[in-house]
Amino acid sequence: MDGPRHLVVVGGGMVAQRLVEALRDRDTAGTWRITVLAEEPRRPYDRVALTSFFAGRTPDDLALGDAALWDDPLVTLVRGDAVTAVDRQARTVTAASGRTYPYDHLVLATGSYAWVPPMEGADLPGVFVYRTLDDVAALRGYVTRLQEDRAHPVRGVVLGGGLLGLEAAGALDALGARATVLQVDTHLMSAQVDLGGGEALRRLINRIGIGVRTQAMTTRVHEHRRGGVGRVELADGTRLDADVVVVAAGVRPRDELARAAGLAVGPRGGVVVDDTCVSEDPDVSAVGEVACIQGACIGLVAPGYTMAEITADRLLGGSATFPGADTATKLKLAGVDVASFGDAFARTPGALEIVWADPVAGVYKKLVLSDDARTLLGGVLVGDASAYASLRPMLGRELPGDPSAFLLPEGTGGAPDLELPDDAGVCSCNNVSAGAIRHAVTEEGCHDLGAVKGCTRAGTSCGSCLPLVKKLMATELEKLGVTVSTALCEHFALSRAQLYDAVRVAGARTFTEVVERFGTRAAGRGCDICKPAVASILATTAPGHVLDGERAALQDTNDHVMANLQKDGSYSVVPRIPGGEVTPEGLIAIGEVAKDFGLYTKITGGQRIDMFGARIDQLPLIWQRLVDAGFESGHAYGKSLRTVKSCVGSTWCRFGVQDSVALAVLLELRYRGLRSPHKIKLGVSGCARECAEARGKDVGVIATDKGWNVYVGGNGGFTPRHARLLAEDLDTEALIRTIDRFLLYYVRTADRLQRTAPWIEEVEGGLDGVRAVVMDDALGICGDLDAQMAQHVEEYEDEWRATLDDPEKLRRFASFVNAPEVPDPSLAYVPERGQARPATPDERAAAATGAPVLVAGSTLEVRS
Amino acid sequence: MTTLDTDTTLDAAVPAPTWLAVCRLDDLARERGVAALVPDGPHGRLEQVALFRLVDDRVLAVQQHDPFSDAYVLARGIVGSRAVDGAEVPTVASPMYKQVFDLRTGVCLDAAGKQPVVGHGPDLRTWGVRVVDGTVEVAASTGGAS
Repeated sequence: MDGPRHLVVVGGGMVAQRLVEALRDRDTAGTWRITVLAEEPRRPYDRVALTSFFAGRTPDDLALGDAALWDDPLVTLVRGDAVTAVDRQARTVTAASGRTYPYDHLVLATGSYAWVPPMEGADLPGVFVYRTLDDVAALRGYVTRLQEDRAHPVRGVVLGGGLLGLEAAGALDALGARATVLQVDTHLMSAQVDLGGGEALRRLINRIGIGVRTQAMTTRVHEHRRGGVGRVELADGTRLDADVVVVAAGVRPRDELARAAGLAVGPRGGVVVDDTCVSEDPDVSAVGEVACIQGACIGLVAPGYTMAEITADRLLGGSATFPGADTATKLKLAGVDVASFGDAFARTPGALEIVWADPVAGVYKKLVLSDDARTLLGGVLVGDASAYASLRPMLGRELPGDPSAFLLPEGTGGAPDLELPDDAGVCSCNNVSAGAIRHAVTEEGCHDLGAVKGCTRAGTSCGSCLPLVKKLMATELEKLGVTVSTALCEHFALSRAQLYDAVRVAGARTFTEVVERFGTRAAGRGCDICKPAVASILATTAPGHVLDGERAALQDTNDHVMANLQKDGSYSVVPRIPGGEVTPEGLIAIGEVAKDFGLYTKITGGQRIDMFGARIDQLPLIWQRLVDAGFESGHAYGKSLRTVKSCVGSTWCRFGVQDSVALAVLLELRYRGLRSPHKIKLGVSGCARECAEARGKDVGVIATDKGWNVYVGGNGGFTPRHARLLAEDLDTEALIRTIDRFLLYYVRTADRLQRTAPWIEEVEGGLDGVRAVVMDDALGICGDLDAQMAQHVEEYEDEWRATLDDPEKLRRFASFVNAPEVPDPSLAYVPERGQARPATPDERAAAATGAPVLVAGSTLEVRS
Repeated sequence: MTTLDTDTTLDAAVPAPTWLAVCRLDDLARERGVAALVPDGPHGRLEQVALFRLVDDRVLAVQQHDPFSDAYVLARGIVGSRAVDGAEVPTVASPMYKQVFDLRTGVCLDAAGKQPVVGHGPDLRTWGVRVVDGTVEVAASTGGAS
């Protein structure tokens, strides 16, 4: 037998990636070697998630599948070399580099290009399309540069009110630009959604601050007198100021290679293929958006994946055929929930429509049913697409019970639980059925969402089916008798959130009371997991000093001595510097304390000063000095509010639009000492330039000229996250009320050591659910939350000052109970860059043998 | 006079312990530890000992040195209990990397996925403790080999 045959794939997009993955997965005998010729200079990436690039994801985050695929010896990926010609007689393709590749079979996966309508000025700098990572990166760069140059907010216009146009508008909005969508048609997303849905969608889009004009045909882009885009002109003569224009008016198949090679193309372009994805030349296939299959090109990834799977199957002698496209779509725009699936326009003869609309809430839902009102044919969900994941797999099947029940808001008890048949598709991106997910749980031992995703690939592309995957998994686990334990530890079977409620309602005040009432064993005395958790719960349900009575025994050493334990057993000390604002006298006082106690000093990321190397017995002496100088505890040791970072704001900055420092100080003094499931950090930026990096915080506030935008769920660390928009243009009073409620809702319901980002992912309804609770009081608890925060603010006291005033509490800080004057002899320091640092084990060993190593206790004099 | 927990099985060859008064029971908070300096061995070298007062006023002593971090910190750990073979065992968790130790025997019950530092085993040394008329006394072995 000869060596493997050669498959050449033209195009390096998502469908090409899937084809290679599918073929290498199944071609275990290695009958095909594959060369992928990609025009873009990178590996295939997730174009569907392009918009998430603005939410802080990097090109690497968008990488698809397992990178090891490209290390396979049978796979060659040539990047940055576009194919320029196909010679069907010689069976070769030629690339821009001049290289020629012979093929046994050729797959065209060239995708589409963004169509720019004919208009004057379309080639001006500042006109962008929205198709590739490079497009998106260039758009971001341009907007950022404008923001630095121009005094007014950047105005962006998006041509096209379809799926992509709305995502582009969302991206502009996320960049801090004012976006307006210009839609030629009568309503938004007119290819997927009917007029009623389009109207509801327009209200939702307006609500997040994006303007919409329908029946607006752009005829011309005018140049700004300083160059680049200045304004756009519409067919009716209206002119709109615009600093940047994004064209998202549709796509056209990139079929130029096929045309030049004499292959048949469809009436609206695209390589004509049969149901096996093969063109009129049996050695040439086309897949994805460039293929004209069953008479049309389809601009969605799921049908493209299906074509890739069919082609892989056919190349290996299989008999798969294209079943027809699943054109279900879901808009991926924060705060705007839209889904459309099946026969959304009720074109099936005799089809019935059931519509439920709530214009106040911005909800429009429609189900399309067969003439007997039983079989689901399609639907449109705007404003609340929570039913999408469970309804879409029911397409073409009979719905149990009254169909209208599926349209009522969640929690009104209407919709019956759907028991999906095994063959119902759950993840259309990756073609995963309900049965495959059940199998992964029952047979493959996948007992958490990550394992099920890894095993089945369900939910790994667009993610819209994840709620359903989670539900299916939970149902199967329940049947298996596997309980997904949310128990805090061996002493409590309750989760932290359940325990919080139990303690709050019961009004318990001590650990003994809590363990006797809610513990697994009344004799249990807790552990290092539940004791700090109970201490944290009691701190907000029954506020009191950390060292009061039995509560002292619950604290981790950091909270117990109100300092941060370091690797050698010494502690670090951080006084509060609200908003990062400090007087010269304050700085001098801190400097003198550090100098007198020989402490190593370092500026923290939270705009304050950390002093390291304090012995436990020195803490009260250090704090007496700090309190006398007007400082208070910075709670750097606590699972509690850390800092509110700020930029200098409008008082000094040429660009600032609000006084960010004043707000940061106000917020820091309001929430100081608030104990929570994990540390909480806030940030306040005085303008859209975001110098305080507020979107990297649990709560980030960014000034607008109308008020404050508040973002939630950001963090740095191991899994960095950007905060997402919770509410816009709030005045200071509404802002504080919103943050009050957000923080306490988090404090009440998060898991132990769960920061706000993962909490928002897991809490009922996600970010929208959080918004409903804190903005619209969906749970009716806001009065309670407001009262609880008022009590916190009222009862706050500096816990270090209170400790210094209480000799009983000070007894805890002795080095040795029988020798309180003797410092810990194990501590040893060496000088480095003019300060002290802990000696390494080698340095200690050398000193012990009398070698000339400078080792001393922590009062080491290092400054001459 | 109350004598609590003098649970030290002394070999006949080892001299009887010298009971050293270190503090008053009232100096100890329930379910917290303190560090004490106790002479150890024939040369009277001072050893750091961690003393813990349990909720039932028993006092137990283990080494202050944490074998997993090489720092002298165990007295600052959280005191709790763990069900071991049906019995409620008093424990302390290291404040550094959260290893859990049986306070009665010093045995490491949970290494939290870590190894002790070179030259140390995972388990802790223990000391006998008794409370006499409200005074806490530690069994200091000032005589024979340790």
